[in-house]
Amino acid sequence: MQRVIEFFIGLIFGFGLLLSGMTDPGKVQSFLDLAGQWDPSLVFVMGGGVLIGILGFGLARGKKASFSGTPFHWPELSHIDRSLVLGSLTFGVGWGLAGFCPGPALVSMASGEAKAWVFFLAMLLGILLFDQVDKRLRRVLEYTL
Amino acid sequence: MTIDWLNFTPLTSLIGGVLIGVAASLLFMNSGRILGVTGILEGLLRSRVGDKAWRLSFVLGLFASGLIAQWSWPADWIHAPRIDASWSLLMLAGLLVGLGTRWGAGCTSGHGICGLSRFSLRSLIATLSFMATGFLTIFLIRHIF
Repeated sequence: MQRVIEFFIGLIFGFGLLLSGMTDPGKVQSFLDLAGQWDPSLVFVMGGGVLIGILGFGLARGKKASFSGTPFHWPELSHIDRSLVLGSLTFGVGWGLAGFCPGPALVSMASGEAKAWVFFLAMLLGILLFDQVDKRLRRVLEYTL
Repeated sequence: MTIDWLNFTPLTSLIGGVLIGVAASLLFMNSGRILGVTGILEGLLRSRVGDKAWRLSFVLGLFASGLIAQWSWPADWIHAPRIDASWSLLMLAGLLVGLGTRWGAGCTSGHGICGLSRFSLRSLIATLSFMATGFLTIFLIRHIF
């Protein structure tokens, strides 16, 4: 039963991404194009999402465990460090270049976009390569920063 | 800056955003998990026994949303994807997104929606960081090069 519920949650999330316009890289890039023809739609996506999220996470805060009985996996990290900032800056470059972020790319794959497949597979490779790159990067950064 | 009124979709973007927030709230309240697409994918790729079923269900649901929309939604509900980036640029972007989201421990959903909904300073810094390089990247590729 839990697996069915999680499937439907994925479905709702995907419908949200599709309706909002996040699955259109051109629309995402127009949002990022402050100096050109700016499309502010994504402000509404984030606003709507965060507003509902505040309610949802607020409700969860008053409870001991989730409906399924498993404990809440509240994120453990709260510190701000170099990894967080450098990683997010790197993500932003890729996001801007393609106009895709991970969720919408997965949804667009299902719609038969060959370019979404290429982006997504490269992204999985990046996720898998991360540990290797991270090890070397740490060594370099320790000497330079 | 000029506003792109022609492509501005405040209503569908807000509805989509609300659905995204509903999905993030439900996944946490029901399963106790943060809806972060790259985190969920990473868990699927690495061998952590007993922790894969909910991730797979969610990802299948997300993929199914694209299929369902493709076959049954009226055309004006779907933002037709405009993908400007070339194949090689998409590969580079995918790699950067994969590496960056693991390095920074989150993407637009995990930091941008869930993190901000939890009032996490860490996620706010991450979101501002990837937005900053997103804006900068688009400025460079559209107005400088």
